[in-house]
Amino acid sequence: MDIKAIKEQFPILQQEVNGHPLVYLDSSATSQKPVQVIEAVSDYYRYNNSNVHRGVHTLGSRATDQYEGAREKVREFINAKSTKEIIFNRGTTAGLNLVASSYARANVGPDDEIVITPMEHHSNLIPWQQVAKVTGARLVYLPLQEDGTVSLDDVKNTVNEKTKIVAMAHVSNVLGTINPIKEITEIAHQHQAVMVVDGAQGAPHIKVDVQDIDCDFYAFSGHKMCGPTGIGALYGKEELLESMEPIEFGGEMIDFVNLYDSTWKELPWKFEGGTPIIAGAIGLAAAIDFLNEVGQDEILAHETELAAYALEQMQTIDGIQIYGPRKRAGLVTFNLDDVHPHDTATVLDAEGIAVRAGHHCAQPLMKWLDVVATARASFYLYNTKEDIDLLVAGLLKTKEYFGNGFE
Amino acid sequence: MALNNLDTLYRQVIMDHYKNPRNKGTLEKDSVTVDMNNPTCGDRIQLQLDIQNGIVKDAKFQGEGCSISMASASMMTQAIKGLEVETALKMSEMFSKMMLGEDIDSEDMGDIEALQGVSQFPARIKCATLAWKAMEKGVHEE
Repeated sequence: MDIKAIKEQFPILQQEVNGHPLVYLDSSATSQKPVQVIEAVSDYYRYNNSNVHRGVHTLGSRATDQYEGAREKVREFINAKSTKEIIFNRGTTAGLNLVASSYARANVGPDDEIVITPMEHHSNLIPWQQVAKVTGARLVYLPLQEDGTVSLDDVKNTVNEKTKIVAMAHVSNVLGTINPIKEITEIAHQHQAVMVVDGAQGAPHIKVDVQDIDCDFYAFSGHKMCGPTGIGALYGKEELLESMEPIEFGGEMIDFVNLYDSTWKELPWKFEGGTPIIAGAIGLAAAIDFLNEVGQDEILAHETELAAYALEQMQTIDGIQIYGPRKRAGLVTFNLDDVHPHDTATVLDAEGIAVRAGHHCAQPLMKWLDVVATARASFYLYNTKEDIDLLVAGLLKTKEYFGNGFE
Repeated sequence: MALNNLDTLYRQVIMDHYKNPRNKGTLEKDSVTVDMNNPTCGDRIQLQLDIQNGIVKDAKFQGEGCSISMASASMMTQAIKGLEVETALKMSEMFSKMMLGEDIDSEDMGDIEALQGVSQFPARIKCATLAWKAMEKGVHEE
């Protein structure tokens, strides 16, 4: 993998920030976009923009072909059986909320249990809190091991005949933990529970095969995998999606409309009320082409190497706390002693280094870690070991800046 | 921006308030208590105000957050003690203007003037205004 050549395809990375070449270490929040994606979106608006599934005219056909072509691309990307199983939406949050509002509210009752973990992002936590409140079901948290992993024994001991849903992140956005979702799906299925995977940090980095995992739902976002913001996809098994009611009603999703009653289009369109995110889907398809060209296995290997290097280098800093397991996805969450992560992020920004600081939309996990906030450096295919060296140098400067002269 | 430009943000007096916060703790007598947080980053503050006959007799805070948010809380409690509520609110208004980078008569602001540099760091303005928002809320609840 030629990182230099890859990086050159990202126009945004060719700039200086605060007088330093930009070092972008916040891809878990959102990834940058290669020129191929920017051009696909731009070309669509320049040459093909039209509404889909209704225009008789040429532009309408082009837009429809491109939009549905993108769906096929997503199907192939995660190896779903059929494009009927791919619902376009605005991202992971929308996908998880659809499962919670439609499937869960219809299938979960009082005394039933929904099993999640304390490492969930708010988007895979609050929808289930709401389901529990409305249905009277119990929200049950799996314990975490000391290093921030989930043990399969705990899953076996927690999931039972009352469990209707197990919902879990493929990869933790804070700890970098890669959860054994295939094994957990198997346990869930032994108890007839449905497995919902928050793939926001999974799909961009790990080759996903939904048939192999056998999960029932898998939600992910385009913008974290080199695609545009505002587009995402929900995978659901056809028979489950078939049984579910739409939660958004209006144009595009209907079959027959009468004065007092209507019927819905077939899958996947019954869940896509309103004019869809056409340009976003086309941009996402370009992002998938780009990732396939680089090679998903190569990307994961590169990120794993970066994470290991970052752990090794960052551990040499005196007074640094690093959270999460040794074996992890491409991110490192940390704190410097006596320096608040906001202050760390501000000093790094002055050096042109972009990291995230805060609670990372995971407040229960912050409580579990017993911290108010943390800083996080996250890596993607365009990052290099040199970026990590600059991060480490920036952290040493941060320590020096806050350690000296203020006593 | 070089590291030394950070000095416009992290002034000596700010770091002094951060490391040696004034009025940190809780009030023993009945008082107005306001909890506020900055949901985007996790900073949180609990502010207690003892207001009698329209005058802020005492103010204390506790919380967790970055240097800017905690220093600002320390400075704010120091500044409003003994002030009439109306004057404290006017000061808060001035502070908001200062954060927008507007020119203000900074003489009346004392130590708080040191936070002027925050206006050049848009991502940090919310850190600086948290304590002041808590004060405004507390005064209005009273």
